[in-house]
Amino acid sequence: MAQYPKEIRVSQPDDLFEALVDAHENLTDAESRQMNSRLILLLANLVGDLDQVLAAINKARSSITAEQK
Amino acid sequence: MPKGYTHPKFIAPPAPKSGKDSTKVAIVGAGPVGLTVAIDLAQRGISVTLLDDDDTTSHGSRLICMSKRTLEIFDRIGIGKLLEEKGVIWNKGRLFFQDDEIYNFDLLPEPGHAWPAFINIQQYYVEDFLVQKAETTPGIELRWKHAVVGLEVHDEGASLGIETPDGAYKLDASYVIACDGAHSTIRKALNLPFVGRAFDDRFLITDVFMKANFPSERWFWFEPPFHDGQSALLHKQPDGVWRIDLQIAANADPEEEIKEDKVRGRIERMLGSDIPFEIEWISLYSFRCRRLEKFRHNNIFFAGDSAHQVSPFGARGGNGGVQDADNLAWKLAKVIKGEAPDNLLDSYEAERIPAADENIKNSSRSTDFMTPKSAAVKDLRDAVLALARQEPFARRMVNSGRLSVPARYESSPLITCDASTFNRGLLPGSAAVDAPILIDGKEDWLLKQIGQNFTIMIWGPTPPNIPTDILVIQIGPENDPSGLIKERYNMREGTTYLFRPDQHIAARTHQFNQEWLTAALARSAGRH
Ligand SMILES: Cc1cc2nc3c(=O)[nH]c(=O)nc-3n(C[C@H](O)[C@H](O)[C@H](O)COP(=O)(O)OP(=O)(O)OC[C@H]3O[C@@H](n4cnc5c(N)ncnc54)[C@H](O)[C@@H]3O)c2cc1C
Repeated sequence: MAQYPKEIRVSQPDDLFEALVDAHENLTDAESRQMNSRLILLLANLVGDLDQVLAAINKARSSITAEQK
Repeated sequence: MPKGYTHPKFIAPPAPKSGKDSTKVAIVGAGPVGLTVAIDLAQRGISVTLLDDDDTTSHGSRLICMSKRTLEIFDRIGIGKLLEEKGVIWNKGRLFFQDDEIYNFDLLPEPGHAWPAFINIQQYYVEDFLVQKAETTPGIELRWKHAVVGLEVHDEGASLGIETPDGAYKLDASYVIACDGAHSTIRKALNLPFVGRAFDDRFLITDVFMKANFPSERWFWFEPPFHDGQSALLHKQPDGVWRIDLQIAANADPEEEIKEDKVRGRIERMLGSDIPFEIEWISLYSFRCRRLEKFRHNNIFFAGDSAHQVSPFGARGGNGGVQDADNLAWKLAKVIKGEAPDNLLDSYEAERIPAADENIKNSSRSTDFMTPKSAAVKDLRDAVLALARQEPFARRMVNSGRLSVPARYESSPLITCDASTFNRGLLPGSAAVDAPILIDGKEDWLLKQIGQNFTIMIWGPTPPNIPTDILVIQIGPENDPSGLIKERYNMREGTTYLFRPDQHIAARTHQFNQEWLTAALARSAGRH
C-alpha cells in the first residue's frame, strides 16, 4: 500500500489554493458541493493508480479521525 | 394473473402408507435451482426425490434475466431450445440521469457464440420448461405438495419430516440438497445464521402488460422527472409483459405502496397517459446481500437462495443459483458412484462461496450506488452521473447493476496451475467459452462437444493411452475454419485443455504428457 508522500509536490502553493477558492465563485452551496465532488473524481482519474488514490483517501480520513480523539 | 401463461396444477402423489420412505438424494424445493440440480443428477445416473410444498410454478415472474452461462447450463441439460423460442434477446442498455440519456452500452459479444449475453423470460416459464424436462427424465420422482417441516441429522444422512394433503411421513436420505429458497426450512432447522447486510431501501417490482413500442433494451433512470429523486428500470419480457422497478423511499409505508391504485399512479407518471396497461404482478422487495457461512453441513448442501441472497440489479440471484447446481451435481454423482472421494464435495463450497462473495460484492456496490447513504455520498454519486455525460472514465463508474458473469474458480483445490506459459487463452478455473466447430462437415458449437465426464481438447493427434472414460476433442484447421477456437484458447500443436463435467477448465498445457493428465485428473476429482 502506497504511503502519502511527505515531500512537497506543489510548486506554486498560493496559486493552487487561489484556483481552488476561485472555482467556487458565484456558485450556490449545492453547486459548490458538486464542484468539489466532480473535482475529486477528475483528480482521481488523473492520478489513475488506485493505490495512490487510496493513500490520499486514507490520509484524509485518518487526519479527521485523529482530530476526534 | 399472467397474460400469456396459465399456471399448471401438478398432481400431489400420496404419502407412503407406512409413514416411512427412503431415498439416496432428497432435494428440497422445485425452484429453478432444485429442478436444475435434480435433472443434472438424474442425467448422470443418480436417482433423486424432489419435494416441493406447492403444486405449480413460480407465482410471480421474479427472476427475468438469464445470463449466457445459465443459458449454456440449461442447454446442456436440455431446455435450451424452449428458452430460445420463448425468450426475448437483448444486448443494449441505456442509462438516463434526470432528463437526459447519459450513455448506452452494448453487451453483444463478439460473434461465434451459440448464446447471447442475456435472454429475458419469466421465472414461471423457466420452471415450467424444467418441470417438463424433469417429468421425462428417468430417475426423478417429483413430489408436489410435500412440504418439508422438520429435519433430523444422523450419521448416514438425515431424516426429513414431511407433510402432505394426505398425511405426514418421514423420508430418510443419504444426501439432502436444500434448494428451498430465502426462507429455507432446512436452514432454520439447523439454526444457521446469514452473514451480510440488509438494506433499508425497497424496490417496487411490477410486471405490466402493455402494447408499447419500446425496444428490447434495458433502460435505467437515476432521478427521472417522473419518479422524484429515485431510480427506475424498464425491461422487456415475453408476452407483451414489461418489468418496471421503482425505488421507494426507505421510510415509505409498505402496505400503502403495494396498493394497486398507488402503483398505477406511479406507472402512469412514468409511461405517460396515452399508453394503456394492465398490472400483472406487484411485489415490494427489500434488498439483502448475505450468505451462509458454510454451504455444506455433513451431507446437507445449500444451493441457490437458501445459501445466498443478493439484490436483483445484476441478475445475480437466480443465475448464481443455477451455477451452484451446475457445480454440485457432477461432484455428488461421482461420489455416490464411488468414482471420487468424499472430499470432492468440500470443493463445492470452496468454489461456490467465493462466487457468492463476488455476487454479493457486486450487488452491494450497485445498491450503494443507487441508494446513497449520506448527503456527501449522494454528491459524489451525482458527480459521477453528471460527468458521465462527457467523460468516459466516469461512465465506467456508473453502476446500475454489474450483470452476472460466470465465476472463475481461481483458488479452487481442484484446479491445476498452468504447466507452461500461456500468453492468452482461458485461465484454469474459467468456464469454457463457446466457439463454432465443424462436426462431420456440419456447423456446430464447441460447448456441445464437452462430455458428461472429463473431456480433453487437443490441437493435433490424439495421444496414446488416454483413459477410456475421457472424451477427446481433436482440433485442427479442418474443424476450426473460423480459427476462433485456436484464438480463444491460444492453441498450437500439442496444446491441451482439460474440461470438467461442468465445462470449467481444470488444467491446460502447451505440451501434452501423460503425467500431466494423470495428475490433473486426480486433482480435479478431489484426490489431492
Ligand atoms: C418478489 C421477488 C422478486 C425477485 N426479483 C428478482 C429479479 O428481478 N432478478 C433476480 O435476479 N432475482 C429476483 N428474485 C430472486 C430469484 O427469484 C431467486 O434468486 C431464485 O428464484 C432462486 O431460486 P431458488 O431455486 O434458489 O429458490 P426459489 O425460486 O425461491 O425456490 C424455492 C422452492 O422451494 C419451495 N419450498 C420452500 N420451502 C419448502 C419446504 N419447506 N418444503 C418444500 N418445498 C419448499 C418453494 O415452493 C419453491 O418452489 C426475486 C425474488 C422474489 C421473491
